Formats: sequence, structure tokens, C-alpha cells
Amino acid sequence: MFDRVRFLFAATAVAIAAHGSADFEVLHREKSLYQTLLITREPSRLCLRFALRDAMRNQSCVDPEDPRRMVLPYARMMMATLLLDPSPKRMLVVGLGGGTLPTAFARLLPKVEVDVVEIDPAVVAAARQYFGFDATDRLRVHVSDARVFVKRALASSGRRYDAILLDAYGGDYIPEHLMTVEFLREVRGLLAPSGVLAANTFATSRLYDHESQTYREAFGEFFNFKTPASGNRIVLARLGALPAANLLRDRAGRWEARLRPYGVPIRTYPARMSLKADWDVSKRALTDQYSPANLLRTE
Amino acid sequence: MSFATARGHRLAVFALAFSGGFVIMSLELLGGRILAPWFGGSIYVWGSIITVFMLSLAAGYYLGGWLSLRSPSLGRLGGLLVIGAAVLYPATMLAESLMSWVFTRVEDPRYGSLLASLALFVAPTVLLGAISPYSVRLLVRRQEESGKVAGTLYFFSTLGSAFGTLATSFYFVLWFEINTIVSALSGALLVLGALAMAAGALRRV
Repeated sequence: MFDRVRFLFAATAVAIAAHGSADFEVLHREKSLYQTLLITREPSRLCLRFALRDAMRNQSCVDPEDPRRMVLPYARMMMATLLLDPSPKRMLVVGLGGGTLPTAFARLLPKVEVDVVEIDPAVVAAARQYFGFDATDRLRVHVSDARVFVKRALASSGRRYDAILLDAYGGDYIPEHLMTVEFLREVRGLLAPSGVLAANTFATSRLYDHESQTYREAFGEFFNFKTPASGNRIVLARLGALPAANLLRDRAGRWEARLRPYGVPIRTYPARMSLKADWDVSKRALTDQYSPANLLRTE
Repeated sequence: MSFATARGHRLAVFALAFSGGFVIMSLELLGGRILAPWFGGSIYVWGSIITVFMLSLAAGYYLGGWLSLRSPSLGRLGGLLVIGAAVLYPATMLAESLMSWVFTRVEDPRYGSLLASLALFVAPTVLLGAISPYSVRLLVRRQEESGKVAGTLYFFSTLGSAFGTLATSFYFVLWFEINTIVSALSGALLVLGALAMAAGALRRV
């Protein structure tokens, strides 16, 4: 890996200058069609970032010494999908990042077929090169805008998914057409009966109210899942009734040992999955007609 | 015609040029929003939109020049805006079914977005593009002042474009739905065009 470090010294100096006390090295920097990609090496982890600042949010990381361990809290939280459906056969993951989530699901579920939609070919290349992401015949990557992919899938094929993971909102810029009631209804249309949705979303700013209402409108009641370790909120929804608390605990117990190498404290999750609306329910849902997500986030 | 009336008509023409510029850029920005649910938000979707607006403006300039040779008047300029309003408004209602039609027939989102942009934005943009050259004809009295008149018109029309861009992207999308904004743009064109037609009719009496 270190033979890639050509301008390491200069890049580190820049990173430190921009960041104050930051102790990471920029191994690779690339301006893609959609964003700036940075591969950084930090103590005991390698990260894909979409910006130097706002370091907590914009990244996907692995521990090179222990590649199965999920480094970022939000990624671990997304594994709560398994509490709503312990054995999905077909999954769709929107947003590849370093490939942490699709890779983990493909390893944990030997028969699962995973489709990943990623808009940026540079992210796919970076995931392969730096994060050991490996597409197979049951872990396929589609380079496409997620909205277009979902609409095409709805229109053309009978393929439906037992679980859909939305993880496309990581960067500085939110793709606003992927955060509307209409988009979520299309996603819902791709779910098999009793299919599960897990979405990594923002937990702060005015956007939180609007985004929560958007999910509410498309999916009805959902589990609002937050942990103290993470600034993210995971929305967990399901076609049909949500599982009861004892079933969640039961499944958590059964998954606990298998998730241990991934560092996922799944036993602690059911207690943190709330049905309460802790947002301002008078705020309007975002729609294709009204979707100023980025403006709402800055205000 | 009194000096005051002539001055009033000049200001009216500049106001129409400003409004035309405002609507063109507001619509162009909204175009990205309108197309995104069907064709995504990639650079090529913006490429389609900008291409279509540039082509339409080119055709509009040509049309405006051509029309200016045929008994030009403030009233007829107003008529141009009224027609512009009339072809803009249906975009709000037809957009979804039109884009759905394109989506099912064109697989590649580049050409899909290009085709949808053509269908949605050519007609209003051509008509709005015709305002500036037509206005030059209305305002030029002497050959020596033609450059000054054209420059002032570009000034107002481009100023309108700047304001249209800023107002739409900073505020309108935060306050209103897309269709509300497009309807308001269409309504504003309609009112201004009708006023210009009325002023033109009064002038003839």
C-alpha cells in the first residue's frame, strides 16, 4: 500500500494545515465527476472521505489489521436490518462507499444476492483498489443514478428485494431527488412482501424534521434508531407490521456471536429502536415538488 | 406622442426584457429539478438542459430579428410574452406524463434528458429569447444610438437572468413547490404581456 504514497509528505502537511491537529495522511486524492475523493490513512484505519473537513460524516473506513471490524458506528447500526429480516435473500444497497455494508452482508449471508447502485465510477474503483471490495456474481455493482436505477427496476423487471439499504447521503451535498416521498415510494415498490428498508440519515438540523416526515409519509411507522456513539439516525421500516420488542431481542441474541467479529453490539440495539416521533410532526414532507434538503440542512 | 409617454414605453420595454431574462434562468434552474426524478442529477442532465436553452435562445434571437421587420410595436412585443406564458404553463401539467413517455422509450438518461428538455423547454425559451432583438428594433431611433440601445437591453435582460437565478436557487425552492413557481412565472409573463398590449393599443388611438 505504501508504494502508492508519492506525495505523502506534502499531502500530510496540507492535511495538518487544514485540520489543525489531524493526524492522517492523504494517500490518494481524486476529483471525480461528482465529488472529491480522498483516501486517508489514520491510526489503525483507512478511510474514503468526500471532504477533508466534517470528518465524522463523510467517510467509509476499514481497519487494515482487522478488515471485518466495522469501524464507523453508523455502518454497525445499519446491521440492525437483520433484526427486521434475519435472512434476506435479495438485497439492494444504494451507495457503495468503501463497500463495507454490501461486503458484510454478502459474508454473513452465504446465499444472499446483493445489488449495489453507485453513481460514481471513481468510488467503485477506489473501493476495489483500497478497500478490497470484490464484486462477484452475487454481489453486483451498477453504476447509475439511484433514482434512474430504481425507476427502471420498477418498470422493467419482476425483481424485488427483501431488504433495501439507503446510504447515499454521506457527502457534503445531498442528492435531493433521493430524499423525497416519491423516491421512497418507488423504493417501497421494489420491496418484496414483508421487505425491509434501512436508511442512514441525518440526525441534526432542520432537515431532521422534514426527513422524518418524508419517511413517515412513504412508510408509515418506523423504528427511529439512534446511538450515543453516532451523529446519524437510522430509519428502519418494513412492509407490514414491525416486529415486537421480544422478537427483536430474540433475533439480536441469535445474531450476536456471528456479528462479534464485525464489532456490532447488536444486543444493545433493540432498546434503542424507538417508535416515538421525536421530531416536529408539523413540518412538511419533502417531495419532488419541494425538496430543498441542502438549504434546510444549512439553516 | 409626448416625451413622457415615449419615456414610459422605453421603461416598459426594458422591464419586459428584464422579466424575460428572469424567467429564462429561473426556468433553466427548475429544469434540473423537474428532470431529476426521471433522469437523475448528473452533469449530463445539466448538459441537456443548458444545450436546449442555448439552442432555443439562438432560435429565439433569430425569430425576434425576423419578427422585428414586420410592423413592430410594443403591443406585439406584449403578445410575444402572452404566448410565452401560454406555452410555459402547460409544462407544469404535462411534464410528468411526458417524461414518463420518454423514460420508457429511451434507455440512456443522456438522450432521455435531452429529449425531455427539448419537449418541455424549447417553446417558451424561443419566445422569451425573441424579446431582446425585437426590443432593439422598438427602441432604436437613430443608427448612432443602436449600440447603446442594444447594450442597455442586454444589461436589463442579463440583470433579470442574474436575479432569476439567485431568487430561484436561494429562496423560491425553499418557499414554494416547483409547479407553483412555474405557474407564477407564467402568470407574471401573462400580466406583463397584457399590460404591454394594452399600452400598445392606447398608443395607436
